[in-house]
Amino acid sequence: MLIRTKPDLTENDVTPPALYRQRRRFIQSGFALAAGALVPGLDAAAATLEVKKFVGLGTSRYSTDEEMTDIEAITNYNNFYEFGLDKDSPAKLAQEMKTRPWQIVVDGECTKPMTLDIEDVLADFAMEERIYRLRCVEAWSMVVPWVGFPLSALLKKVEPTMNAKYVEFHTLHDPDQMPGQRRGLFGYVLDWPYTEGLRIDEAMNPLTILSTGLYGEVLPNQNGAPIRLVVPWKYGFKSIKSIVTIKLVEKQPVNTWQQQAPNEYGFYANVNPQVDHPRWSQARERRIGEMLRRDTLPFNGYAEQVASLYNGMDPKQLY
Amino acid sequence: MVLPGTNIDLFGEIRIRTIKSLLFVLLCLPAAWMLFELLAGRLVEPVEELTHGSGEWALRILLATLAITPLRKLTGWHKLIRLRRMLGLFAFAYMVMHFSVYLVLDQYFYWPEIVADLTERTYIIAGFTCLVLCLPLAATSTDGMMRRLGGRNWKRLHRLVYPAAIAAVLHFIWLVKADLVEPAIYGAILVLLLGWRVRESGQRRTHKPKTRSTPIMGQG
Repeated sequence: MLIRTKPDLTENDVTPPALYRQRRRFIQSGFALAAGALVPGLDAAAATLEVKKFVGLGTSRYSTDEEMTDIEAITNYNNFYEFGLDKDSPAKLAQEMKTRPWQIVVDGECTKPMTLDIEDVLADFAMEERIYRLRCVEAWSMVVPWVGFPLSALLKKVEPTMNAKYVEFHTLHDPDQMPGQRRGLFGYVLDWPYTEGLRIDEAMNPLTILSTGLYGEVLPNQNGAPIRLVVPWKYGFKSIKSIVTIKLVEKQPVNTWQQQAPNEYGFYANVNPQVDHPRWSQARERRIGEMLRRDTLPFNGYAEQVASLYNGMDPKQLY
Repeated sequence: MVLPGTNIDLFGEIRIRTIKSLLFVLLCLPAAWMLFELLAGRLVEPVEELTHGSGEWALRILLATLAITPLRKLTGWHKLIRLRRMLGLFAFAYMVMHFSVYLVLDQYFYWPEIVADLTERTYIIAGFTCLVLCLPLAATSTDGMMRRLGGRNWKRLHRLVYPAAIAAVLHFIWLVKADLVEPAIYGAILVLLLGWRVRESGQRRTHKPKTRSTPIMGQG
């Protein structure tokens, strides 16, 4: 955690300007009911507590009203192979990852390529809460209250060209910080950096967001800080974490898991109870926190919003 | 030290009994620890953790069981054989726990999926094969059953432990997503343990044993 490890910094040093700005916006906007606690410069302890919080978050009609998964589970049960293979490793090993400064290069087939600082991202895009179901390819699921903004808002800024048919994403590649990226007994666990991709219309779909937080606070490192993708109708591995590159490309990218095992993981990875993983059933899932499995829904319950993207395609090809 | 007038090796006897008692307690610990974590609410995904925990311990103990004979030969301390049955039964107990977690907590007797698992999914077929192969071994583990079957038959039957162990390792190898290190370590241990046996039997065949031709019971 940024703050607690450096207690002697002044508040200016530790509070991301974006949050200041957001806070100002929030207070100015006249909702300042409980603003007293949010005004910077009260006492250090209060500042420490609230500095990670987003204020004035918008809500979204895409949010589900299902019961949210416990934050303890969301932050301690993670697949983030850069920080180890066990579900509880990322929570332990990701704490030291530096998420400031952090830059995101957005380039490729676009007229205005740019390098964004995470602070600017936080300042320039209106963050809203999106409560989404998350379905992992391993047949477990959660309900996560993400904080984020539509990916389309960012892509529009760089003005994709006609050649931009796909979007390719990369996670940070830094074996010094990410022990899982180091060479192991049998070489590398995956071909780093972790790579993901979306078709441009999937990327522009309003459900697709870049997330910078969850449960109203800055994204914990183990959940893909400082910025990650969330594509709720696809298996979780599509929702790439700790993004440093967003590239508009003409050819369909080869995502990491597809490259690792093409017969098991495809490019599309749409949640589909009808198409089993070669080694296990995808018909049902276990919601973390519940004992018994529940039925998995086509497109993870987002068929209404996204099924039309795949008209005329063979669902068997969309695993 | 051999007691006068008998052939009882007193120190050896004390040693093996102590080791056996300690081992008994040790082998209970993983299950006790899992139960404690479960009851204390410390498991984020109890089903997964209980499944993996019981499965890994079953495999470890199964390999330990297979290590007894080589160890006995290498150290010359034949009393080690007295740990083998307990180890084998513990391995079986963890397998049963593993399967019960799958059947009850994971699938909750949802037969369509269980049947699909047992017919279509290679790693589950391998795991179930291991369990099925071990059933007659556990059932014939008593002194009475050993006597009833006779040493030779009993020994022949209990060779099922080899395919069972191979199935167990395959079960693990086939289920992992990317990281083969852990199952490969178990696989390597199994290859060593089985390789040693192959070499031994080869030697026995080429250099005819000088004294007895029927192996003593419990060998293998």
